[in-house]
Amino acid sequence: MQVIYDWFLAFYERTGINLSFIYDNFDRTRIIKGFWLTIELSMITIALSVIVGVVGAWLKGARSGWVRHSVDGFISIFRNTPPLVQIYFFYFGLGFMLPRVMDPISGTMAPMVTNFQWAVLSLSLFAGAFNIEIFRSGMEAVPRAMVEAADSLGYTRSQIYWHVVLPLAFRNCLPALGNNLVNLVKTTNLAYAIAVPEMMYAAKQIWSDSSNVREMMIFLLFAYVFLVAILVYGLNWLERALRIPGYGQMGGR
Amino acid sequence: MLRLSDALAPVHVRLTSRAALAVAAMVFVGSSAMAAAGSAHDSVVTILIRWAPLLLTGFLFNLLISVLSMAVGTLAGIPLGMMQLSPLRPVSRLGYYLTQFFRNAPWLVLLFICVMLLPFEFRVAGLRIPFPDWVKAVVGFSLPAMANVSEILRGAVLSVPTGQWESAESLGFNRRQTMFQIILPQCIKRMLPPWMNLYSLITMSTVTASVVGVSEMLTMTAQVHAAEGSRPELLAPLYSFAMLCFFVYAYPIGKWTEYLERKYQVKD
Repeated sequence: MQVIYDWFLAFYERTGINLSFIYDNFDRTRIIKGFWLTIELSMITIALSVIVGVVGAWLKGARSGWVRHSVDGFISIFRNTPPLVQIYFFYFGLGFMLPRVMDPISGTMAPMVTNFQWAVLSLSLFAGAFNIEIFRSGMEAVPRAMVEAADSLGYTRSQIYWHVVLPLAFRNCLPALGNNLVNLVKTTNLAYAIAVPEMMYAAKQIWSDSSNVREMMIFLLFAYVFLVAILVYGLNWLERALRIPGYGQMGGR
Repeated sequence: MLRLSDALAPVHVRLTSRAALAVAAMVFVGSSAMAAAGSAHDSVVTILIRWAPLLLTGFLFNLLISVLSMAVGTLAGIPLGMMQLSPLRPVSRLGYYLTQFFRNAPWLVLLFICVMLLPFEFRVAGLRIPFPDWVKAVVGFSLPAMANVSEILRGAVLSVPTGQWESAESLGFNRRQTMFQIILPQCIKRMLPPWMNLYSLITMSTVTASVVGVSEMLTMTAQVHAAEGSRPELLAPLYSFAMLCFFVYAYPIGKWTEYLERKYQVKD
């Protein structure tokens, strides 16, 4: 490895292209940590936002009008306000109202919810609000005959939802869901604003220290395109793996 | 009777909007009340009224950035979309790669690139054209807008039935005439809902310009908070005021988009 580091250091001296995140041990550790944190943040928020979407779509079919309208209100608020303001609202606004607790390791008083947790929470709710609508339209595309057939076989309401409507709706809405999840991965860098040390934050620290804005920017673009490409690849695989022959647009061909 | 019928019934739009406004108001009033409880300082409402003109000016600046970005993005995105549809393979490939690149790059990174790498002024023939941060931010937002408009245009053109192209050809229209006189006029209707959705997204993302130091609403909010003595209990009401402004602006646009979507729905 040292050979590669030395080569990039020499490359910098020769060309002036400063890829300090490769040859400098300190910068490399920072960017790798940031990269993994972005992946962690993305994976947790993807999982939580899908859960929010599934549960929300289920609640939107509730018999009680009060529950349905609360879900609609939740969707409207999170869709129609900027995600960055939501993050600030959660982190600064609500974060202040929660009590501070004793940190068992350092013995000092620390906020009850860390900035990483607030970022996870607000990003999951933001993406989840879109997921509810996506699952909802997926459910509407499930043929009524399926529901009626399940009903006549004696399935209860929640059994119909979990065993018949949801599995079919999930397949229907995979393309739209994929779009939203790609957007979510690209939005995780807003956590930068509340000092979550993810990839964007690490890059910013490095370019402040090594003044190589241009190189870091290009690296960031490629890194995010790489992450998005992995996600898209995974979603395409999932779409193929879940295909039911003879059902829907996917199995039609 | 079918027990799931109520579950699959369409959403009641009118009730929904009322519920949403009620929830928004609850969040706002609730957080304000919590902040007001037991403090010897000015109440939150007084502070908000005192600073509302400044904050709303900031909000107008957000709207200006969003409108300009969308205008530039649309003007640049339509030719890019046409490039994608070009029968010349190198041109369509170039259009495709440009669109995909700017569509898949995170908006915040594009914004950073524009703000940090564009010069602060241009010199054209001895003339100095200043290039302030907010103009750079407009460029930064119009790049993803351009790519998305390009994709919306491509999608709309491809959704026009092939029969339209064939009948135009049989009537002796050439490709350019078919595109501009027959296909594109039909596309406007199809493009409008996703275009408005995109505008909404751009408006939401204009606040990220505060991260790179453009003095729009969120920057103003932080300054107002500092001017009022940085009391932490003011943060929730101040940020919910910002959320409220965006909500009041974006919610009608969203509802209108939904209405247009239903109205222009392509019938099978």
